Amino acid sequence: MAAATEAGAAAGRPEPRHGVRIAVIWLVLAVAADLVIWFVWGPHMPPGNMSTSAADQQFDFNVLSVIAAPVMLAVFIYFGYALTMWRQRPGDEEDGPGHLRGEARVQAAWIIVTSAIVLGLAGFGTYELIAPAGAGAGEGPQPIWKPAGVNTSSLTSWVPNTKNILQVQVIAQQWLFTYRYPQFGGMETTQLELPVGQPVEFHVTSLDVIHSFWAIQLGVKADANPFLDNVAYTTPEHTGGFTVRCDELCGIWHGAMYNYGSVVPVTAFQSWVKATETRLAALTKTLPPFALVYTPNEISGLAKFYYQAGLPGAGGQYYGPQDPEQP
Amino acid sequence: MAIEIQPERLQEPGGREPSDLPRTRPWWARPAVHTGLLGAVIGYLFGHWLGNFIGGGYRQAVLGDQNDLAIVLGYVFGTIGWLAGLGIFNDLGRFLAGKPFPEVTHEPAGGLARYFRFTLDHKVVGIQYLVGMIIYFLTGGLFAMAIRTELLSPASHVLGPGVYLEVVGEHGTMMMMMMSSVVLGPFGQYLAPLMIGSKRMAFPRLEALGFWLTPAAFVILLSAVLWGGFPTGWTGYADLSVQATQGMDAYLVAFGLMGISMILAGFNIIATIICYRAPGMRWSRLPIFVWSMFTVSFLQVLAAPVLVAGFYMTITDRTVQTAFFTPDLGGSTYLYEDLFWFFGHPEVYILALPGFGIVSEILPVFCRRPLFGYKVGAAGMFGVAILSFFVWQHHLFDSGIDPDMRPLFMLTTELISIPTGFIYLTAMGTFWKAKIRLTVPMLFALGMYFNFLIGGISGVFLSDVPADTTAHGSFFVMAHFHYTIMGGLMFAFMAGLYYWLPKMTGIRLNERLGKIQFWTMFIFFNSTFLPLFALGNMGMPRRVFEYARNLQTLNDWVSVSAFCLGGSILIFLINVVWSTVIARVPETGNPWNSRGLEWQVSSPPPPENFARIPVVLSGPYEYGVKNALPVADLNPPPGLIASALASSGTEA
Repeated sequence: MAAATEAGAAAGRPEPRHGVRIAVIWLVLAVAADLVIWFVWGPHMPPGNMSTSAADQQFDFNVLSVIAAPVMLAVFIYFGYALTMWRQRPGDEEDGPGHLRGEARVQAAWIIVTSAIVLGLAGFGTYELIAPAGAGAGEGPQPIWKPAGVNTSSLTSWVPNTKNILQVQVIAQQWLFTYRYPQFGGMETTQLELPVGQPVEFHVTSLDVIHSFWAIQLGVKADANPFLDNVAYTTPEHTGGFTVRCDELCGIWHGAMYNYGSVVPVTAFQSWVKATETRLAALTKTLPPFALVYTPNEISGLAKFYYQAGLPGAGGQYYGPQDPEQP
Repeated sequence: MAIEIQPERLQEPGGREPSDLPRTRPWWARPAVHTGLLGAVIGYLFGHWLGNFIGGGYRQAVLGDQNDLAIVLGYVFGTIGWLAGLGIFNDLGRFLAGKPFPEVTHEPAGGLARYFRFTLDHKVVGIQYLVGMIIYFLTGGLFAMAIRTELLSPASHVLGPGVYLEVVGEHGTMMMMMMSSVVLGPFGQYLAPLMIGSKRMAFPRLEALGFWLTPAAFVILLSAVLWGGFPTGWTGYADLSVQATQGMDAYLVAFGLMGISMILAGFNIIATIICYRAPGMRWSRLPIFVWSMFTVSFLQVLAAPVLVAGFYMTITDRTVQTAFFTPDLGGSTYLYEDLFWFFGHPEVYILALPGFGIVSEILPVFCRRPLFGYKVGAAGMFGVAILSFFVWQHHLFDSGIDPDMRPLFMLTTELISIPTGFIYLTAMGTFWKAKIRLTVPMLFALGMYFNFLIGGISGVFLSDVPADTTAHGSFFVMAHFHYTIMGGLMFAFMAGLYYWLPKMTGIRLNERLGKIQFWTMFIFFNSTFLPLFALGNMGMPRRVFEYARNLQTLNDWVSVSAFCLGGSILIFLINVVWSTVIARVPETGNPWNSRGLEWQVSSPPPPENFARIPVVLSGPYEYGVKNALPVADLNPPPGLIASALASSGTEA
């Protein structure tokens, strides 16, 4: 932008230095806007900083906003200036100036500047994708970016603050989410609880159509595909509640497919998980063994059992014939 | 240059005796819309019977007792019957039978009836497209009003989830499939030959076929409501689409027909622009709007077949039980997502590029300056068109698809903002020391630049994987593409309409109403869609009928703004009807004092466009250039082209 104005000014006319004026207005407003964005707006930018991935997303939003605002301001200020200064005067039917000198230079400068910004953003985005373990996005069955220093040494037990990462399976179906904890006997709950400060490995899958697991404040989003295991990572850093919504259109009750989860202290998580495991022991026995993907036919027969037993779990619970098609 | 000579030779009438042509019959015996409807009904009944005859054994009774194959074949044969009834295959039949058929591509002036017939005149087809597109746009807009009505409250429902889902799907599909032709249809078909100095289109029958497929697609898409709609939105993801009821068949056939229409229109425009330019209309003098039509046509020809193929596979999955997209039978839902977005991302540039073309075309006229960086602008359109085929996986960043490719698709997606930025370079350069005239078309063009910048910059946020993890599939995305399509394309369409309607009809639109429409549309558009960015980031996914209670205030604000936006579209409608039906203020000359070749002939143009093929002498944007030649010699000396042909030794 500045380049465009400079070259125009270089055309040399005894008129006000439009380029300098535009540049000054732009500089003042751009600095002000960036300060407001970074210091006033930034800390409140969704999705917040409840987890590492959420904080990374917030940081990216803020960085992109700080770069985008001056670019947008440059265009808007230029347009506003042009519309103020270079309007047709009443009665003036003359055409404007033809080709001016320096046009090729302006074009070259524009291409160089925009390319530099864009390539810089691509580099920044790539770093921000790889460094924080996939940035909370679903990485498919073979994740390539993982949190540093953790692995899965045991699928049957979990101890906090070890290399053994906590695994949570998210099972989506029309139209609800359930969660299995393989390291706690493979129990399945309708409630997602996570310990603070511990890395989590989500395994997201679906029993029917494509859904998307969006833990909004946790900054995790991964599509739930039938017959596919989609892995996403995050580390909750603050305790509190978060909302889980389905983010991929999955049929009539898509809008009602949500529930809530919470991040709790490690000790509270351990007592919750122990109590729940005991409470759901009978239910867990009827479930198919833990697996990364499920064939819906194997468990659809369970729905009747759940209804008759009045059990709180939801595994295999389809939207059954007892529910109206339309409310 | 042979290619510049060719038009005159090709454009001579067929050289047959008029008595050879089919005789004129009374109106009710001539093929037109009424015979087309008759053909459609017969065709549908035949197709429905055929489907039940051959496919009665594998009916899929989910919620209805209809066989999907019968529905699909009913729609397909209904469309064929509609086209046959319109007489589209008549000339083909005459050709195959060795009988003479008309080669004259101009409709004699006068008569509303020609707009309801299959016609070979590109100007008639352009008007048909214009009226059709406005009707489709208004229909889609009414669905949008219904969506915003439902979203007035987070918990109490006006429509309920079922009807809401139908409405969402109808709105999205209507807008995405129909509006892909909103500029190429009316303005491309009408103006491209005029702007390049041609008397005709290359393939007038394909052109008319392309248009007459759109009413069929429109009716079939709307008919989905009779089957309870389709639950997938405009993207039609498998395997929700395989699970869905018969409304899905309507979506698949309708969008597929529109895909075919896009392919036909694309081929026609490409051939016309390459082969039918007047002498002197070099590539370096081609109007920037024609460049945009050229690039869009390439996109349509290359992208739409992928859509048609994907839909064909979905149809066979649904009817004859193939399993392309059914994972438990060895198919893949990713296959559909890839096919769809391989079409779907070029599709959004099919929607964006015509807008770039219109505003870049209009800007020099009202700045009274040459278009700045003409070559960069044209190259930018090509850059966007080419890159658009390499970005589709950014729609699948969270899908669980192989993450290795993510940095690459992030890079290509961000690269595409470089050629897109060129339209701002051309605009800002043209503004420099210009003499800006704030007419109604100019206001709409400026509105387009304002809105599209917000749309484009928000796209950079979406290309960044971490930011996209929050924004993907939320109202943020919704706001983003409404800024580019509604704020970009539709504002450009309005600019083009106010600019070119005097050209097409010889009637000018009311300027005061136009300005009122612009300001209401601009203000309420931004007031509707700007808050949606915030709503998306605060956790509102797309296509939901319920949302968090704390988002109600913003949603209500958006809904009220949307109703006002609908009101401003109503002002547009009133203006069009008032100006063209009641007031009819004639505007036969060149009201904008434009150098465009299309403005050098009378308004509306004579039936043959140009009495003689013009010889183009200079570029269309030489405003304020000293000693600039007139844009074209409309009455070149007889024999000039023939002698040039002889001297260059390319006599055919």
